[in-house]
Amino acid sequence: MADNGGDEEYRIKEGDYVVLKRGDIYKAVQIQTRKKVIFEKQWFFLDNAVGHLYSTKFEIVSGGTLQPQARKSTDSSSDAKEAGTDNRNILDDGKSQKLTRDDIETLKEQGLKGQEIIQQLIDNSSTFRDKTEYAQDKYIKKKKKKYENTVTILKPSCRILAMMYHGREPGKICHLRYDTLSQMLTLANIHAGSKVLVFETCAGLVLGSVMDRMGGYGSVIQMYPGGGPVRAGVESFGFPAHFHNMLHDFPICHVNALLAGTLDTTAKDLSSSDSKQSDVAAEEEQTQPEAKQQDSPEEQSMETNTGTDDGQDQEKEEKERRKEAKAQEKKVKLEEKRKKLAAAAALLEDRKADGLVIASRFHPCPVLMSLLKFLAPSRPFVVYSQFKEPLIECYTKLREQGGTVNLRLTDTWLRHYQVLPNRTHPVLLMSGGGGYLLSGTTISTDRSKPPGPQRVEEPAPKRPKLTDTVV
Amino acid sequence: MSFVEYSDFIQDGDVAIVYLSHDNMMPVKVQQGAQTQTRYGVIRHSTDLIGKRYGSKVTCSKGGWVHVLHPTPELWTVTLPHRTQILYTTDIATITMMLDLKPGSVVCESGTGSGSLSHAILRTIAPTGHLHTVEFHQKRAEAVAEEFKEHRVDHLVTVRNQDVCKDGFGVAGVADAVFLDIPSPWEAVGHAKTAMKKHGGRVCSFSPCIEQVQRTCEALADHGFEEINTLEVLLRVHDVRTVSLPLPDFGPDPSAEKQPEQPDSSEKAPAPKHTAVTVKTTTPPREIPGHTGYLTFATKPRT
Repeated sequence: MADNGGDEEYRIKEGDYVVLKRGDIYKAVQIQTRKKVIFEKQWFFLDNAVGHLYSTKFEIVSGGTLQPQARKSTDSSSDAKEAGTDNRNILDDGKSQKLTRDDIETLKEQGLKGQEIIQQLIDNSSTFRDKTEYAQDKYIKKKKKKYENTVTILKPSCRILAMMYHGREPGKICHLRYDTLSQMLTLANIHAGSKVLVFETCAGLVLGSVMDRMGGYGSVIQMYPGGGPVRAGVESFGFPAHFHNMLHDFPICHVNALLAGTLDTTAKDLSSSDSKQSDVAAEEEQTQPEAKQQDSPEEQSMETNTGTDDGQDQEKEEKERRKEAKAQEKKVKLEEKRKKLAAAAALLEDRKADGLVIASRFHPCPVLMSLLKFLAPSRPFVVYSQFKEPLIECYTKLREQGGTVNLRLTDTWLRHYQVLPNRTHPVLLMSGGGGYLLSGTTISTDRSKPPGPQRVEEPAPKRPKLTDTVV
Repeated sequence: MSFVEYSDFIQDGDVAIVYLSHDNMMPVKVQQGAQTQTRYGVIRHSTDLIGKRYGSKVTCSKGGWVHVLHPTPELWTVTLPHRTQILYTTDIATITMMLDLKPGSVVCESGTGSGSLSHAILRTIAPTGHLHTVEFHQKRAEAVAEEFKEHRVDHLVTVRNQDVCKDGFGVAGVADAVFLDIPSPWEAVGHAKTAMKKHGGRVCSFSPCIEQVQRTCEALADHGFEEINTLEVLLRVHDVRTVSLPLPDFGPDPSAEKQPEQPDSSEKAPAPKHTAVTVKTTTPPREIPGHTGYLTFATKPRT
């Protein structure tokens, strides 16, 4: 925050999660010594970047080392301004470039800088001087993209990571475009100090974005399907350690039990329903109380023994000990997991969450219908789907059931512009679709009159129907 | 209630949003003894609002009812008293993300206008950030400052009544992000740079006309801004409908009549009774906003 002097927080450190940028291409990596990184068909090491400021542009030199580039590299490569007015005399004979492919390869091997290669190409182009000023610009820009071997190292942000995922791996994030993600964060009123439920299968991008907007204040409960929560995208944000204190998770397979009040957060229940930790774990859990007391003295006695016994026994005991240690470790882990589940369940149980964000490859309707029950009244929710039809179903069901107002089914349309003197126009290619959103606000349904046409009393006839539609 | 913190119950002095229908909401200043007229009748604050839970249904004097919602920047945007043209949620959402706003961000904004964007910024940067907002129209500056106080966010914002193009933002070297919504943003680009932190940050300018964008982009480039990028975001609302598509009558089918013993023809027999097919679908509204403004973003590099 303090700008004076202390640049430390803006410097690249070993272990940092960073984003590499070249042109409009991004890639998230972690800074590790002697680790080869491949980015845009080039390989290099990030060792040299350590200690430099974020947003520094580096040049990739031979051997894959990075060399910081002076900030103001004057871009005007051709100062001798000479240009044609139109292309009436330019013929496409395929011979305008005097350098052959081999020539260019040798230039590259000589370790010539990108800038120098481009200058060579310009000097050896017979038509360059006849091109219009605009065409010359375009030519240089195109060659720059191909031959300039620079990379900028950025501090990750929600904006950069959302653009990166959408550009590189849209399939992993259900084709959620970054402007759609921004709508979700706003429509769900994500802010510091609230309690937000997130159900996503977007590699952790949505979860990370929510955490970023909460700045470490409040709590986020990730509802996850399957064996465990997916958080690769969260890592890329490089959050400080204390951010993880606000992050909880709860398996979606326990939601019904939690809603029915039958969820037992004692150890046995957890291990039996967990697919990974099998019977062994369950057995261990049962014998836990005794084992706990015996463990430490036993281990101690073993240690004293090992010195006196012969080799074979030692090995055997070693094995045994390792086994024991492993079992112990497992037990500790299981216990931790149980505690975490209990903590998350406690957060959910009062059904007073402040927001709900859903973005997954699953059918959103059942997810929305059950998770909505954890929200307090007068709180926003947002559901993302790559397709419109499932959201139509959600909308219809919510209208039938009541308990929500302000329902809106929307999508956004994003258009980029090229803005240049006398050459301003929309960018030629635009994204075909960034998915759809259903948003709304919860209202209280408890014991007051049923929603719908002005029926003032008698909540009875509507209630049973209500529970039917949920299941 | 506060615009940056949820609470469960309505209290005296709160601003609550009365929800009548999707396109009919109004903000209400909750005051002991006060009354609010709606088309469903009167709401008496002392009995109908104070102490009730946000999200409750309130029955008005004529027997109709409304819902009372907790205020959010998004609800405020659709209910606030207009003193100027305002920014709507679609643009606000994009601006918030593209400016990298989060808790702790220090933001400069001009003009404040009706405070639509300001409330959204405050929500996002709370509890540790700050908003410096500049409005050259004195009455508007006073009105918005009053609103910030009522909404209990005045500790997060400083309103300055001055001309941003001449006098800048009144701060230097503190901002992570700058937002400009003024007629001649290119005249404020230098001031934006001054207001920003030494190590850099993000800037956004909102302009309805492409000529404004053109000049702004030139000014940004001249001042050394990088990653200059102009975009436009439009919202499409889909109205969910059940539509019925009638089937035309093709007349009696002679091929079906010829082989009445065929098993498949007996199945087909009841089909002609269907004279329409119903489909769940969405329709676009007849007219939609086609343009709000161009959003130009740029990065200020470290200086």
